[in-house]
Amino acid sequence: MIPAEFDYVVADSVDDALGKLADGGEDAKLLAGGHSLLPLMKLRLAAPTLLVDLRRLRDLEGIRRNGGVSIGARTTHHAVATGDLGVLSSAAATIADQQVRNRGTIGGSLAHGDPASDLPGVVLALEGTIVAQSAGGATREIPAADFFRDYLETALEPTEILTEVRFDEDPSAWRHGYEKFHRRQEDWPMVAVSALVKLDGDVVADARIGLTHMSGVPLRATAVEEALKGGRLDAGTIKAASDQAAEGTSPPADLNATEDYKRHLARVLCARALRQAARAG
Amino acid sequence: MSRVPVSLEVNGTHYEREVEPRTLLVHFLRDDLGLTGTHVGCDTSNCGACTCHLDGDAVKSCTVLAVQADGSAVKTIEGMGTEADLHPLQEAFWAHHGLQCGYCTPGMIMASADLLARNPNPDEAAVREALGGNLCRCTGYHNIVKAVLAAAEATQPREVSA
Amino acid sequence: MSVADEPKTTGNGFVGRAMRRKEDPRLITGRGRYVDDLTPQGTLWCAFVRSTEAHARIVSIDKSEAEALPGVHAVYTGEDMEALGILDALPMAWVPPEVEVRNAKHWPLARGEVKFVGDPIAVVIGEGRYAMQDAAESVFVDLEPLPVAIDLEAALRDGAPLVHEELGTNRVHDWTLAGGDVEAAMAEADVVVERRIVNHRTAGAPIETRGVVAEPRGVGMTLTSSTQVPHFVRLFLALLLGESEEKVRVIAPEVGGGFGTKLQVCGEEVLLAAAARKLGRPCKWIETRSENMMVTHHGRDQIDYVKMGAKRDGTVTGVHVKILADMGAYLMLLTPTIPSLGAFVMSGCYAFDAVQTDITGVYTNKCPTDAIRGAGRPEATHMIEVTMDQLAHELGMDRVELRRKNFITEFPAETALGIVYDSGDYHGSLDKLLEHFDVEAFEREKADAAKAGKRLGVGYSTYTEICGLAPSRVTGPQGFGLQTGLWESGMVRVHFTGAVTAYTGCSPHGQGQETTFAQIIADRLGVDPANVEIMHGDTGTGPHGLGTYGSRTTAVGGEAIVRATNKVADKAKRIVAHMLEAAPEDIEVEDGKFSVKGSPGKGMTMAEIAGAAFIPDNLPEDMEPGLEETAFYDPSNFVFPFGAHAAIVEVDPETGRVDVRRYVAVDDCGPAINPTIIDGQVHGGVVHSIGQALYEQVHYDEAGQLVTGTFVDYCLPSAADVPSIETDRTETPSPVNQLGVKGIGEAGTIASTAAITNAVIDALRPEGITFINMPLTPVRVWEALNEARETGSAGEARRDGDRRETT
Repeated sequence: MIPAEFDYVVADSVDDALGKLADGGEDAKLLAGGHSLLPLMKLRLAAPTLLVDLRRLRDLEGIRRNGGVSIGARTTHHAVATGDLGVLSSAAATIADQQVRNRGTIGGSLAHGDPASDLPGVVLALEGTIVAQSAGGATREIPAADFFRDYLETALEPTEILTEVRFDEDPSAWRHGYEKFHRRQEDWPMVAVSALVKLDGDVVADARIGLTHMSGVPLRATAVEEALKGGRLDAGTIKAASDQAAEGTSPPADLNATEDYKRHLARVLCARALRQAARAG
Repeated sequence: MSRVPVSLEVNGTHYEREVEPRTLLVHFLRDDLGLTGTHVGCDTSNCGACTCHLDGDAVKSCTVLAVQADGSAVKTIEGMGTEADLHPLQEAFWAHHGLQCGYCTPGMIMASADLLARNPNPDEAAVREALGGNLCRCTGYHNIVKAVLAAAEATQPREVSA
Repeated sequence: MSVADEPKTTGNGFVGRAMRRKEDPRLITGRGRYVDDLTPQGTLWCAFVRSTEAHARIVSIDKSEAEALPGVHAVYTGEDMEALGILDALPMAWVPPEVEVRNAKHWPLARGEVKFVGDPIAVVIGEGRYAMQDAAESVFVDLEPLPVAIDLEAALRDGAPLVHEELGTNRVHDWTLAGGDVEAAMAEADVVVERRIVNHRTAGAPIETRGVVAEPRGVGMTLTSSTQVPHFVRLFLALLLGESEEKVRVIAPEVGGGFGTKLQVCGEEVLLAAAARKLGRPCKWIETRSENMMVTHHGRDQIDYVKMGAKRDGTVTGVHVKILADMGAYLMLLTPTIPSLGAFVMSGCYAFDAVQTDITGVYTNKCPTDAIRGAGRPEATHMIEVTMDQLAHELGMDRVELRRKNFITEFPAETALGIVYDSGDYHGSLDKLLEHFDVEAFEREKADAAKAGKRLGVGYSTYTEICGLAPSRVTGPQGFGLQTGLWESGMVRVHFTGAVTAYTGCSPHGQGQETTFAQIIADRLGVDPANVEIMHGDTGTGPHGLGTYGSRTTAVGGEAIVRATNKVADKAKRIVAHMLEAAPEDIEVEDGKFSVKGSPGKGMTMAEIAGAAFIPDNLPEDMEPGLEETAFYDPSNFVFPFGAHAAIVEVDPETGRVDVRRYVAVDDCGPAINPTIIDGQVHGGVVHSIGQALYEQVHYDEAGQLVTGTFVDYCLPSAADVPSIETDRTETPSPVNQLGVKGIGEAGTIASTAAITNAVIDALRPEGITFINMPLTPVRVWEALNEARETGSAGEARRDGDRRETT
């Protein structure tokens, strides 16, 4: 299986890429690591007429710590996985396999907006900010909560490039757990839960729960978060809170899972992720 | 559609070619350069038979465009060692019966080399985890895992870490 | 560990050694040549247009746009069979006496109707791998959907849509193989256990897909194909294309795994050969993985209604099995024969007095099924071994003791069906298996796991299988009904220097016979295996052969090699005797020499003997020069490998996830020629079945659309998903061949789904589960657990124990 024909150009700067993207019309696409786009193109589920390759944009690579953390869009999953970024690293380390992590990028993954991929739910739980740049250098900061619109649909405009992901606070500041359920190691998550907790003494000062693949977009399990806050992170609290993990979700069923089963998994994985968080740090 | 120039180094040799932009790196290596040791086993980046190294990192060359490798250095199984001078992983796969039909073998060896570059002394679990993106139907993986552990021991005897 | 670790002292002592494989240097350096590595000058590429419907009438095919594209040389459809000189439909090789097999015509390209998703409608041929894939998208096919038969049981009901209207039924055939009186056996039984056992559809999934390069040769043609059976392919190309057989050469190059999927005569092979002949250009097709999942034959797919009766003391009185076997949309080379292979060993390892197997083949609008690793025997072993566990529970008897109570102990042993098991030691392999288990330690682990909320279980499978295909009198036209012999050829050629080239009619593709056959020859000719080259897979070289499948290559092909080698050795002995003035019967092969018994210094090397044979100025009277012999071997019986396997699984009752913690396999395939290669075959076989039991399923939706069309959805497990496999052996020689060997390529696969399934049931009995069908996916196990929690038990109450789709 091979992609349909397309034209190809390499951009020298973000502005250059935006110009080339605009020239290419509505069927032009940006190419980063290519690990979301190329598989679709090979199966001919996507057929862009122009690819604008971002590979020369070295500015978009790397992790910068400046109080918070800023991660360039072209930073690979491997770099994120080994970047000491708390739950983000834990999640990135489970993406597909080493070869994919060597190529796939955080920006590509987020811009693709696949609810079954690992990172969107985590970025949502971390309340990350997605930075989009448009022609002339204008940037727009989009909170993760507003970014994921629907299945494979994000708030990114066709005239924008996702340039970085920012976190006001270093993700490693959170106690965390990442629990992912899949059939084989290299599979996408059937369901995944990221749990973030801050303790004040032994009381939960703050808690955030991200749900992956429980809907067409990543979700926050706010009922669980509320149930945790102010309590102790003990077995009883975790169980009671996690029982609400599937509230308000509409998980897509597939060959490997019914809706009921996914709701059940969300509850089980939530408890496990919280227990992991409780053990951590 | 346009053809695009590609200039890259493969196994230490410099090549310049013009390709259709959609040419997959694996087909470029096989059909344009005649390096047929890198194989294709699936359409979906699952099987890993096409694994080679791009600027030192293992990649699935069925999911990289040849044009994306412009300016890069590629290493394939043909660049690992010859019959007369085998790479320690090749030697270990031979010694431990780490292959049967041989089709997945180049990809397995290239993925294993990536692992050993990152973690010279992996334990069994780490080897299995690192080969999660490479499928084999013949060996049940048992002897592949054994071979990688043996190659690690042969090259870098140190303490085991996960 | 076993006797095989000590090198044999006769000959050169190579047989029995864990030698490195001769095949490997080219494969580990990327120098193997698989079919896609071959692109002759002027190659035209082929791409297929395939049905998107499970059943439809072809209203029209518009190929004009594709034909007009630059580089396109031809577009063929089912209407072009005559124009291409394709004389008949694809072969099905089974014509059993007194059984009606309703066989619908199956053409390389569909004519009139398509019968399953992927059924080929047109082929586009022209320049460029990529361009032809594009061009195939410019062929416009108008399909008028017809009602579909997808569910195996539903397809037999009155009023079910017919896959082939002209046959008037979806029933392919009915066949009963019986020995003893099963009705009396059930009447006599104190306990009768009945289960509906589903053996779901799987794919062979070799990592190399199929591929063909057809080259016209002026007169005749060469076809390079990723096949297990080059000689079958040549025969049928000659017959279907009206070519004289000697002008067709078929080459199986390096083949990247077969597992039965390449034991086939494929429409693509016939079509490419015909197109290359017509166009006068090489034609090449490399199957994509998506095509492979869709159209390369699948396997298993049976629903088995098993009834087993026993006395209170555990003596099984009889077994009655009804098999509904899903044939898919067409009968391919061996499609309807596969369930019968299981029927031959429906007695398992046991002295059952009455055994009856009733087989019904059924057409459905799905990809055809045929042989996949084990072919019928994994299904039989699964149903017998799972039912034995069910029976043990019913009787309140230990599972191991129930097996021991019923084991056959005297060999040769004739089963109720009249099959004669050649040799065995079932208690011996079970004893050895149990040596690997510390039962008390397991009980402790189980208790620890329970504290952590996990369930551990152990499952056993004691099996025997039938292989070494095959005694032609039994399997041929007058017997079982295969329209072929299943003997094998071997040809051994000694060169001037004493180096050896041997030809086998088998076509190994990973099983290592380039090494093991060299070991066999080296011992008998006193040469170094490094100087023995084994040639195979090319109809243009050695004698006719029957290929590699059915664990036959060493047991049948190896024996042919032994016989040819012995002829060479006999001649060599006469030469040596003549030259050293001794009697031929006093010459023996020892330490690399043909020596005179009792006179160790007196002897000749093979190089010296070959020199004498090639410069024949001092040969015995009437002896021909040269040193080369051929043997054809038709076995007197099958061989019956056996063994005992155990799996320890961990089940997470919260999620339904099953992990295999330990797997121990004790197998007996007779004396080992190369123990490392035997272990490798077992590892691969076991993991193939762990795949079936826990991960893999070919799934169609109600409309007949394939849901598992790539490796994303068809879950072939990786190294990260399976454990290491512990292996051990016993060695009980077979009296059938001189090596005493049995097959080992399929044994692991045959034994292990039952061990895994029994282990999962064992683990979940405390949760109220008494029976469950494969595949033991997390959602299926979780749903079974829910049912058990709701009703108090799951499994027996609903005889099927099966809560999602059927197969």
